[in-house]
Amino acid sequence: MLEIKNLHASIGEKPILRGITLTVPDGQVHAIMGPNGSGKSTLSYVLSGHSDFTVTDGTAHFDGTDLLAMEPEARAQAGLFLAFQAPVELPGVGNANFLRTALNAVRKARGEPELDAAQFLKLARAEAKRLQMPDDMLKRNVNVGFSGGEKKRNEVLQMTMLQPKLAILDETDSGLDIDALKIVGDGVNALRSPGFSALVITHHQRLLDHIVPDAVHVLAHGRIVRSGGADLARALEAQGYAQVIAEAA
Amino acid sequence: MPAIAETLNTVQSVADNGYKWGFETDIEMEFAPRGLNTDIVRLISERKGEPAWLLEWRLAAFSAWQGMEEPVWALLNYPKIDYQDSYYYAAPKKKAGPASLDEVDPELLRMYEKLGIPVSERAILAGVEGAEARPPMAVDAVFDSVSVATTFRSTLAKSGVIFCPISEAVREHPELVRKYLGSVVPPTDNYFAALNSAVFTDGSFVFIPKGVTCPMELSTYFRINAKNTGQFERTLIVCEEGASVSYLEGCTAPMRDENQLHAAVVELVVLDDAKIKYSTVQNWYPGDAQGRGGIYNFVTKRGACRGARSKISWTQVETGSAITWKYPSCVLQGEGSVGEFYSVALTNNHQQADTGTKMIHIGKNTTSTIVSKGISAGHSNNTYRGLVRILPKAAGARNHTQCDSLLIGDLCGAHTVPYIECRNPGAKVEHEATTSKISEDQLFYCRQRGLSQEDAVGMIVNGFCREVLKELPMEFAVEAQKLLAVSLEGSVG
Repeated sequence: MLEIKNLHASIGEKPILRGITLTVPDGQVHAIMGPNGSGKSTLSYVLSGHSDFTVTDGTAHFDGTDLLAMEPEARAQAGLFLAFQAPVELPGVGNANFLRTALNAVRKARGEPELDAAQFLKLARAEAKRLQMPDDMLKRNVNVGFSGGEKKRNEVLQMTMLQPKLAILDETDSGLDIDALKIVGDGVNALRSPGFSALVITHHQRLLDHIVPDAVHVLAHGRIVRSGGADLARALEAQGYAQVIAEAA
Repeated sequence: MPAIAETLNTVQSVADNGYKWGFETDIEMEFAPRGLNTDIVRLISERKGEPAWLLEWRLAAFSAWQGMEEPVWALLNYPKIDYQDSYYYAAPKKKAGPASLDEVDPELLRMYEKLGIPVSERAILAGVEGAEARPPMAVDAVFDSVSVATTFRSTLAKSGVIFCPISEAVREHPELVRKYLGSVVPPTDNYFAALNSAVFTDGSFVFIPKGVTCPMELSTYFRINAKNTGQFERTLIVCEEGASVSYLEGCTAPMRDENQLHAAVVELVVLDDAKIKYSTVQNWYPGDAQGRGGIYNFVTKRGACRGARSKISWTQVETGSAITWKYPSCVLQGEGSVGEFYSVALTNNHQQADTGTKMIHIGKNTTSTIVSKGISAGHSNNTYRGLVRILPKAAGARNHTQCDSLLIGDLCGAHTVPYIECRNPGAKVEHEATTSKISEDQLFYCRQRGLSQEDAVGMIVNGFCREVLKELPMEFAVEAQKLLAVSLEGSVG
């Protein structure tokens, strides 16, 4: 699914990623943990194609295709989804209109027929209900006036509607209460299948109680310093990053 | 910021993609000689078979114009206009009415097709004998200077509505025209209004009698077609007590190298409890990417709310013209009368727009709302200029103004110039203004969801304009959204 080799990336002159090598096989969920500033969000931006970051070395392949050569929208259409840590507001743009435009752009790229307004609304309402989102969230403007939790849930709604092959969740759990955390976890688990993989970036073990990862990687100073199974996350929670990173060094 | 660099590149390539409405129709034209003098004014009046009083009115306006100076206060930069270098009268040569569409000049039909006029209406517009249909909209097409045909007049006539070319109204309803013409925008009001008063060639006249709600949307397509012809249309809409109408004008012009002059005057009058909703979608040729050519648009639009509880609402979506000088205004005289101005002005490449409104509060408890959305891209300059004047007797007057500017790229300019004159201490005047840029993060968010950069910009811009677009009649709102996207086409990636 995703194969990253020796990836280096900078913002301006400042190197952030310093040689990441990571393989996420089909159907697996990998967690990325690590202290602030270790490069977790940068990794998600670089994989999705944000123009603020420059790749200086290394490769990333998605289903065998050179991901780094693709425009951001082509990556999205190929099935890569990023749930943003801080989703932006789009004033005046209706949430349903936005979601339908996105869904149809992705469906078109997959060679599937576009959905008309009625078909779309039926689907969107059902998904929104499953995520326990109020109906009016579809009518409001994209993320405008949403609480932190509502924004995160809206990201998960978009993800479940767009049915990506690879989802990157960038601290989707931050700012969520316990109930919301479970809903988000259920949303991701519902997508789990042999054709779906995910990179879950988080600081906390508690999200991984809901989304049990196949592997956990610890990122520090732009490198993966340690990898392990789900129990590594629990060890981190108990011992803190400093000790785990020190042990790895 | 590579994405912004891309945006700029594509903004510059817009004109190379071509102006979508840049077609030219080859129809035999009749021209008056180039230049402007009393002989031309007399000739226009004579060709139109006008009564003596109107000729006198024109000559007085011409004489006043000769003594006036072209205004220079707007934030507009353009070479001096040579008023003697233009044609002031051009008309398609008259023929007898065709028996069927087969006999109509195919060029004319092709033009209607490009304008998107439905087939059923084309026959009527082309003057085919006996053609009649009942779509929900009536169209008065002003093809250069002469209003070619007016559709659905009989349907309208049944409810007492008059909708016809103003030149015809002069002949058929002289008492109405004489009563209202120049009563809102006097011939000496300003330089361009005086010019228009002297040489106006056609335009629309609408009269809605007491108590009547016009049974359909009324619409006019203005086109500038012939080379070096200025277009000076004159529109007059009167709603008597309790009457109401929704009127839309759409404007296009073929691509030309030279700059063409357009100086229209629109006058609206509403009596007690009457309402006019006047919507404009303007996409005159804006000039090419280097700023060559394009329409110079100097327009005077003003509405008089003469009656109590009367209402005038201006909605405009302006994406065209090289130069725009336009301030649709409301004179709120009647007690409790209401003025509204909703505007989207988009400038790209080297376009310059200086546009806004004037709300003059004279009567008690008058209210006005101004919502202006300016979008600047390329090397363009976009200025909102608005005046809110509260006179001493306007107790309880209220105004709310909101001006938002959106910048695309860093070579364009957005300016907001509000004037507030309040001479009644009890009045309430509010002004809000914002300036923002489309952020890289907004674009990236949309693209990460699978939208192309172009669709992302279109979506963000349409969202920015939503408050205004929702004021347009439904079918025109759709058209306007497409127009905004087309006008920014390539403003990215």
